[in-house]
Amino acid sequence: MSKGRLLAVFLMAVTVAVLVIGTVWPIPSAVGYSSGKNILRSSSTPEAAIQSLGDQIRAQEWHKAYSGLANKAQFTEADFVHNLTGYYPSLLTYATLDKFEVLPLHASATEADIRLKLYWATVVGTSVTTHDLHVVRNGDRWEAEWPIVKETIVPPQVIPVNYLRWDVIYRGTGDDWGAQDVEAPHVRIVDMHPVDRAEGLVIVGELLNEDVVPAYVSVSATLLAKNQSTIATEGSFDKISHLLLPKQVTPFLINFPNVALSDVGSVRMTPLSSLVSASADPVIEIDNEQLNPAPGASLTGQLTNQSGQVVNVAHVLGTFYDKSGQVLWVADQYIDSALLPQTPTPFEIHIPEDLARKVGSQRAVIATFSSGGSQ
Amino acid sequence: MISRFAFLAGSLAAGAMQLALAQGGNMVLPKTVEAGVAFSISSIGNGKATLYIVGPGQVLKRDVQLGETIFFPQGSLYNAGHYLAALAGQTSTENGSFDVLPANTPVNLSFTARPSRLEVSQHDGITGAVYVFDAYRNLIATPFPVSFELSTPSGTVQKHIVITRRGAAWTAMDSTSQQGVDRFVARAAGVSSTRVVGQVPGDPCGLKMSARQLGQKIQLATEPLRDCNGNAVQDGTIVTFTEVYNGAQSMVDVPLKHGIAEAQMPAHAGAVISVASGVVLGNQIRWER
Repeated sequence: MSKGRLLAVFLMAVTVAVLVIGTVWPIPSAVGYSSGKNILRSSSTPEAAIQSLGDQIRAQEWHKAYSGLANKAQFTEADFVHNLTGYYPSLLTYATLDKFEVLPLHASATEADIRLKLYWATVVGTSVTTHDLHVVRNGDRWEAEWPIVKETIVPPQVIPVNYLRWDVIYRGTGDDWGAQDVEAPHVRIVDMHPVDRAEGLVIVGELLNEDVVPAYVSVSATLLAKNQSTIATEGSFDKISHLLLPKQVTPFLINFPNVALSDVGSVRMTPLSSLVSASADPVIEIDNEQLNPAPGASLTGQLTNQSGQVVNVAHVLGTFYDKSGQVLWVADQYIDSALLPQTPTPFEIHIPEDLARKVGSQRAVIATFSSGGSQ
Repeated sequence: MISRFAFLAGSLAAGAMQLALAQGGNMVLPKTVEAGVAFSISSIGNGKATLYIVGPGQVLKRDVQLGETIFFPQGSLYNAGHYLAALAGQTSTENGSFDVLPANTPVNLSFTARPSRLEVSQHDGITGAVYVFDAYRNLIATPFPVSFELSTPSGTVQKHIVITRRGAAWTAMDSTSQQGVDRFVARAAGVSSTRVVGQVPGDPCGLKMSARQLGQKIQLATEPLRDCNGNAVQDGTIVTFTEVYNGAQSMVDVPLKHGIAEAQMPAHAGAVISVASGVVLGNQIRWER
């Protein structure tokens, strides 16, 4: 009995001690989420001012962050918020700031340049935005000048669109057993290639919708050992454009972490397709697509939404071919701002440098999502 | 009074059609009964008993007076299969069995046609399978001729007659060279079932585009796309225009509209523009203006 009491007293003491430690010396992320009210960062140095700004953005204390800016007279608080999270609903609208980095670039007694890298936690992973801030001294405080980029606002107008739309009526649950149903779209893997990487085996390839109707597609692969036993099965997840219009081609990439190509006897590929209601709109043009060599190898270009519909989330998938035209690699990027009609939006897809040297040609496809339904 | 007489006459007629009777001691069972048809079971002896008939999906129970004939009206037993009969008296129980067979008249056809959509000119591309059932959804195992008829909008008709084996008949037919919606009809003993099969165009054949200056851009347009049989390729089919210039590339996927794909691309002197749809490549244009 006395042992039980002793244990209870001990646990209570430990709990109180942990509470005191957490309150007096909180970890930085806890400070951010608790609005930073407990520990106020000083703005007595340029770095401290930007740290404070980063904390306020992470806590979504927009008014406090805006009030601390040196150039706030040039734009409104709403402009500042839209600059960070988008004027139209986009990937960043529902994101939270996970962490940020402050990188001093230059400093003098009265001004400094600091790079602020914001790591947003979005539904499709981390999205990084970089802002180069000019920081000026104002008395004993330092204040940042926010490099505002006002988002283009599409003027009110009517854009007639008459692209096709497909709707599907399936057989009813009460239909006779032999009653006919609509056929699933016919899709075909037109290229497939295993790539041995340090982090594991990667299967890359291309899938064609050879039917006359839209298809919702995915690809899975099963690795078989030399004795025909199954090593692993994985799917392409989001490294594919799931909606394929007739005769459209999508690349796909399937990751098998910690598997070496030498262990694999064969690969069984399974393309899956189902009918889906879809629209041929929007049409996205890819302009000025350029392959930039190593170091920092990347595919850059601009997306132009040729339709009248705002695209809230765009996913760019790049397919890279070797000199013989075989698929070498697949990489992707989510665009963190909405694609407005007729407004070019840049993209940049990074490529592993060892593979970039072997790239002979490339191709990009765009998967889009507009609020109100998948397109 | 009339209905009772009809019931009695029907029962006696059904009983007369039975070729052999299974003896079960105190009861006389029919060897076979047609599904849904009236039948009777005779009993021998004195006293009261209970008759149980147990089969696939059905159980019947009757209180009987031994020595009398028990009549079962139409529709009493309708699931084809093997049935057990048990006559439980006060001192003993008698067992027997008999079979319920499907009716010989087809009433329902389950017609499975595959696929619902296929390319033109596919040899044996369309398959049809028919299962013949009686009014109570019993598969009729006796051979029946089934007629399969595939008719296209142009009036071409393919007809196959197949005899069912163990209740099923199947066939394969060719898709024709013309796109459209075909009617696929299966008939057996006056009963028919219809399915539709869409014949769709194949890959584009001879994909060709032209280019002209439109302000600061190039207006690209394909000729009306047709497959190798001359069928118009369906609207919505994706056509990809690719322009390569000075080490850069522009590309756009455009859906066919009214049989033609059109796009505007940046005008760069020396640019090479190509067109493709799926795995089909079209012509190339070198833009010199």
